[in-house]
This record gives sequence, structure tokens and C-alpha cells, in this order.
Amino acid sequence: MTIRVQCEDFDVGAELEALTRGRTSIGGVTSFVGYVRDMAGGAPVSAMTLEHYPGMTERQLEAIAGEARRRWPLDAVLVIHRYGRLEPGDRIVLVATASAHREAAFESCHFLIDWLKTRAPFWKLEATPEGERWVEAKASDDAAAQRWRE
Amino acid sequence: MKVLYFAWLRSKIGVASEDVTPPPEVTDVGGLVEWLKGRSPGHAEALANAAVVKAAINREHVPFDHPVGPGDEVALFPPVTGG
Repeated sequence: MTIRVQCEDFDVGAELEALTRGRTSIGGVTSFVGYVRDMAGGAPVSAMTLEHYPGMTERQLEAIAGEARRRWPLDAVLVIHRYGRLEPGDRIVLVATASAHREAAFESCHFLIDWLKTRAPFWKLEATPEGERWVEAKASDDAAAQRWRE
Repeated sequence: MKVLYFAWLRSKIGVASEDVTPPPEVTDVGGLVEWLKGRSPGHAEALANAAVVKAAINREHVPFDHPVGPGDEVALFPPVTGG
């Protein structure tokens, strides 16, 4: 289980290679990569600054990854989340899960990104032509996370 | 007790963190938020709508009826928007 919270970009290919290297029990990997979009709510976005709560972020991501491992038979879990100033097209987050079979990999990856969106302490500040604005949480994200309640 | 503010709560209140000593009648997060409103107009504005304020104590999410004590690190923030 690898959790990283960092400013720097990441190389998806290299990360997936590192996740699976030498682990021949793995039958499949599912990954999700989140990017900064150039539009939000009908307005162009020129940059996005991600703020987080150091210490709590890592703790929450570890708890969420631990919950995924409890629910599915996973060989490996990787979460990398960036913070700081990003521009459209930049990668924000990588979630990858590896398992012997595809169902566990697909489902746990979906679970991780849904739970992360409602529990990891990150906040997005968008720069638009009208000025900066804090991104508001979406009810649809809460609904997506609710789906995974046991 | 240390209180941390994030995102627009921090910008409205004007500080990222502060050490506070609430009176003994403040026993839970909800009570602390009500008491903090009296510290400045910025606090009052930032905390006016408690429905959009979330809390963590010692880096764990907690509801507003969770107890608070002198040694706690309390964080107040808007709903999170990561991912």
C-alpha cells in the first residue's frame, strides 16, 4: 500500500510498473487518473490551486486504502494526490489497485476515488476570468460515496 | 486548544491557525463554533452558516456534537473537494 501526497507530477506508466514488478500473483490492475479541466460551470479555468491539511490527508488516504483492502482481495494499492498550483491538462490524482481478478481491481479503484472525494481534506481554488473561486462540493459526489456504504 | 482553518474559512477569518482558550461551557464542536463567532467579524461571517462547515479533531472527521478538550487540534473547513 503506497500513499503519496506531493507537489510534483507523476509518471503513470512508471508507477504502474513499480506497483506490479515481481508480483506475479497479480492478474489485473485498474487505474484512475484525474486531470484539471479547462472549463468549470461554464467558465474557463486557467489554473487550479489545491490546498490540503498535511498530516490529516495522509491519515485519511491510508484509512481509505485500508478499507479497500479489507473489502477486496488486493495485492497492491497506490494513491498519489498532488497539491499546489496546477494548470488545465495537469494530472491531479492517480489511484491504482491490483488483484488476481478484474472485479476486485475495478470495484476497489472506483470505491477509492469515490471515498477520497468526500473524505480526503483537499480544497480546490479555481482561477477564472472573473477571479478566484473555491470549488464547491457536489451532492453527486456524496451520492457516489453513499453507494459504497455497507 | 489549537484551531486550524482551511480554504475560504481561512481567507475570511484571516489566519490559518490560532490558539484559543474557550470558557468551560464550551464542551463540543458546535459550542466551539458558536463561541468562535464572537472573536471577530471575519469569524462571524465565515462561521455564519454552520451547515457548510465541517470539523476534524486530531485529524479525524467528527460531527458537531463531538466533545472538544484543551489539548485538541480542531480543524474547521468547507466540504472537501479533492480527487
